[in-house]
Amino acid sequence: MNLTLRIWRQRTPEAPGAMTTYEVTGISEDMSFLEMLDHLNEELILSGDEPVAFDHDCREGICGACGMVINGRAHGPERTTTCQLHMRHFRDGDTIDVEPWRAAAFPVVKDLVVDRSAFDRVIGSGGYVSVPTGSAPEAHATPVPKAVADLAFEHAECIGCGACVAACPNGSAMLFTSAKVVHLNVLPQGAPERGSRVLDMVAAMDDEGFGGCTNTGECATACPKGIPLQSIAHMNREYLRAVVKGGRGR
Amino acid sequence: MSPFAPYSHYTVGAPLTDTAAPGGPVAGRWDRRRFEAKLVNPANRRKHTVIVVGTGLAGGAAGATLAEQGYRVVQFCYQDSPRRAHSIAAQGGINAAKNYRNDGDSVHRLFYDTVKGGDFRARESNVHRLAQISVEIIDQCVAQGVPFAREYGGLLDTRSFGGVQVSRTFYARGQTGQQLLLGAYQALSRQIDAGGVEMHARTEMLDLIVVDGRARGIVARDLITGRIETHLADAVVLASGGYGNVFHLSTNAKNSNATAVWRAHRRGAHFANPCFTQIHPTCIPRSGDHQSKLTLMSESLRNDGRIWVPKAAGDTRPPAAIPEDERDYYLERAYPSFGNLVPRDIASRAAKNVCDEGRGVGPGGQGVYLDFADAIARMGRAAVEAKYGNLFEMYERITAENPYEVPMRIYPAIHYTMGGLWVDYDLQTTVPGLFAIGEANFSDHGANRLGASALMQGLADGYFVLPSTINDYLARHPHAQVPHDHPAVAEAAGEAADRLRRLLEAGGDRTPESFHRELGELLWDECGMSRTESGLRKALERIPELREEFWRRIRVPGTGEELNQQLEKANRIVDYLELAELMCLDALHRTESCGGHFREESRTADGEAARKDEEFAYVAAWEFTGPGNAPVLHKEDLRFEYVHPTQRSYA
Amino acid sequence: MALATRTARPPSLIGSVWRSTVGKKAVMAVTGLIMLAYLVAHMMGNLKVFFGAGEFNHYGHWIRTVGEPFLHREWFLWAARAALSVSVVLHGVAAYQLSRRDLAARPAKYAHKRPRASYATRTMRWGGVILGLFIVWHVLDLTTLTVNPNAQEGRPYENLVASFDRWYVSAFYIAAMLALGLHVRHGFWSAAQTLGAGSPRRDRALKFLANGLAALLTCGFIAIPVGVLTGVVS
Repeated sequence: MNLTLRIWRQRTPEAPGAMTTYEVTGISEDMSFLEMLDHLNEELILSGDEPVAFDHDCREGICGACGMVINGRAHGPERTTTCQLHMRHFRDGDTIDVEPWRAAAFPVVKDLVVDRSAFDRVIGSGGYVSVPTGSAPEAHATPVPKAVADLAFEHAECIGCGACVAACPNGSAMLFTSAKVVHLNVLPQGAPERGSRVLDMVAAMDDEGFGGCTNTGECATACPKGIPLQSIAHMNREYLRAVVKGGRGR
Repeated sequence: MSPFAPYSHYTVGAPLTDTAAPGGPVAGRWDRRRFEAKLVNPANRRKHTVIVVGTGLAGGAAGATLAEQGYRVVQFCYQDSPRRAHSIAAQGGINAAKNYRNDGDSVHRLFYDTVKGGDFRARESNVHRLAQISVEIIDQCVAQGVPFAREYGGLLDTRSFGGVQVSRTFYARGQTGQQLLLGAYQALSRQIDAGGVEMHARTEMLDLIVVDGRARGIVARDLITGRIETHLADAVVLASGGYGNVFHLSTNAKNSNATAVWRAHRRGAHFANPCFTQIHPTCIPRSGDHQSKLTLMSESLRNDGRIWVPKAAGDTRPPAAIPEDERDYYLERAYPSFGNLVPRDIASRAAKNVCDEGRGVGPGGQGVYLDFADAIARMGRAAVEAKYGNLFEMYERITAENPYEVPMRIYPAIHYTMGGLWVDYDLQTTVPGLFAIGEANFSDHGANRLGASALMQGLADGYFVLPSTINDYLARHPHAQVPHDHPAVAEAAGEAADRLRRLLEAGGDRTPESFHRELGELLWDECGMSRTESGLRKALERIPELREEFWRRIRVPGTGEELNQQLEKANRIVDYLELAELMCLDALHRTESCGGHFREESRTADGEAARKDEEFAYVAAWEFTGPGNAPVLHKEDLRFEYVHPTQRSYA
Repeated sequence: MALATRTARPPSLIGSVWRSTVGKKAVMAVTGLIMLAYLVAHMMGNLKVFFGAGEFNHYGHWIRTVGEPFLHREWFLWAARAALSVSVVLHGVAAYQLSRRDLAARPAKYAHKRPRASYATRTMRWGGVILGLFIVWHVLDLTTLTVNPNAQEGRPYENLVASFDRWYVSAFYIAAMLALGLHVRHGFWSAAQTLGAGSPRRDRALKFLANGLAALLTCGFIAIPVGVLTGVVS
């Protein structure tokens, strides 16, 4: 197939960017979206142009490195990561707009590459269980009901790609933050730090300049891992619980 | 390249011995080593800086643990976040000798299975330690909140994996690696927040700094600004993963690379068993020349799927139109007792053989069917969906074929590299102060890694082994500052900068990708699933030519002072072009077949791999002597006191 | 040893709640629910208009004497007014601050435009502003009677009819009530989310309740000017 691509090009974080148009030909419908961009880049290099920079790594939909807004949707038309989006979901002759994640907390580094280090700082503020290596009790000492373990798993699936922030009209990181809060707060292992975790992580999230939640639900629609919108309600509940209990501890 | 020393004319140097390994009964060696190792006073630990390169299971676990102990850790990853290291993509599970099932498992059995599974090319001491530590890993991960699969009673679920007869594999759906890595990442994040770890994301190691014979730091490039920086420390830990991407198409992440280990090798660290590469039988076949990487599907699919190809070569009918008696269930036919569950290397080679006979299916004939029709008839579609639903979904997303109706097509792909930097029992390389952990070292898997053992080894090294053994080195080498203007520091940084400048200035007419693809195809053909002397010699002839062509014709756009992904890639290929040569030489010298290394010349009467224990029961550790120069081989003899070598048989 | 990784928490919990987006949203949710409860009562009282001037004016009188003799005359009324005023102010200030924050968090727009969230969600901000202006006018018209054409103290029925007899007043009122419906429709469900009441099991029920409340309030309030304009109420 032949396609017209309009891609955001921006050389440096400070430089102004613009949508630039490219024509690509001979695209196979079995290509992934990133392979289509690889194809474009090979042509750009040989013609003396600068190839398009984009983040990617595992190309299996699990590392969370890739991510671009395709035709106004984070990760494009399918509910998956960009690397697992295949060209068969487009038609010959289509014009496709490709833009970086947009959020104040995710400044553009170059072209489609953004800086998502804010997510790491949110995790560092409390998204863990304080258990130094070697201090763990026997694994079967604390049974965890299957339903609780499954709930924790469902939220632990988050790959930290940032699609939720990109899709949110407020650039809010509530879905990302709530996924980690719920994962750890429902487990007995996470209980001792339940209150401080949610308070610290919400504070860190706010400090990074993410917006607030207006419950538009765009985040959960964009999430390639299906983290549910109710995850946010769950975190709000944890937050209020922590406030009522005086802030810290259980 | 010197015409006087052709690369394949290697010399044999002094034998290598693992002086760190304690003697005595195997079960007491780890305790003994921990007791004999010197300790660093907690108050003095903060004065010691340890560099950790990589943030996967091994690196993430090591960085967090060393910081918890009080060391100053400076850690690096090329990804934008430590959470994205490629350990995240591991699907199946993690082995541990918990014996929760009361099915006869024990530390000794896990030890036995791993030595045997590695085809008797691993050290007994190391493997036993791994089996011992496996139980602590599960405790640690559960305490971190890793959501392992559980039963209704709330206890941990386990399954049998990779044809093992006990259920010792713990798992978190098909995302065990992700969940374990996030556990390590969270522990690491906690230390980053507390100031114990200075994290440099999007920073790639370009060289090792060796001062007075000891590893004292690294040269690294900030991938955003392009700045080349030197970082100094008291010890350096490489946790940079394997080198499967030498093959271009592999299940590794696109940016996984061998630069850290290869540059360490060039600075004096011996490289062990580079030809031991693992090929995974259940990957999704390539769909065309555009293919950029291969996707693995969990081996567990072989528990219920049946593998077949048409009996006749060149049969292009759709699978449903091929009657039962014209199908060849070749694994069930050749290995009646193990059937579709034979080990990875055997399943992979068998698939290659039938494809070489022209009986492969799908585009290009590079695939075999993995058919669930019988399983669906037997268990019902719902049961198959419950067990494999996410894998079927993934397959359908990539291929646009519905595996409930059309058999899956699978083909082997490079998946894991058992070889790596040679390390002693303390995980220290031949460069004092340089440690290698996880897939970056060669230690525990011998010639073939068993399913669900990579996660176990990465975490064992990172959480438990290295943090105990590195103390000994640091205690014996009190902190002494290396000045930043030390000639060795400047030289290493200068060399790295020169290399990048040469790449940028070459101004040729071929892209980095085109060279990587060509090298990968050559290696896959000649040093892939089966290897011959003539093929390896051909590759050894071709690689130096390709290397020469690379420097003449490479084209890298842009500058070095910015995010330049093509420059990163080209620089990694520079190292692949040298490492590939060593892999071929190692494969050429090892004229036996063992584990993932299959020499067509070394077969039993019925065509199976024939090991030659009298000649090759050793670790081949190669010493670098110069680019393109014949290396020196150091042999470390392997002694088996507890598990006696037998020829594997799965018939 | 780097085991103790906690840093000191800001001293005031209330301060940190108000500073955080989640806390501020909770304030909006609580104040919104207070105003919503008031609106339901207000609507029910107002519907008495259909039973004639006597009953409606009696209701207006009763409001001033609720709680007597325990409370002094109009104490209840003023307490309610105070609570509502505080709610309006907190709701508005929090909304303003959060909106500024949200806009700052997404400074660059996508070049590729596509329809996003539902109409009610997208109109929360402007709907809120319209409702704020409406409240000002509404108080001036029917509470302080400043702009009311009849302006007779103690005669709410006559004041109401006089005001709604002007078509443009009724039109503005109806428009404001439609905005109210949209605001409540998203606001109620959103408040439930914010207060953590949302869960997969309750989601449908909450959405149904939100739509029901929105429809009820809009229809109930709109019935009054429609009644006046059609002569049912005169």
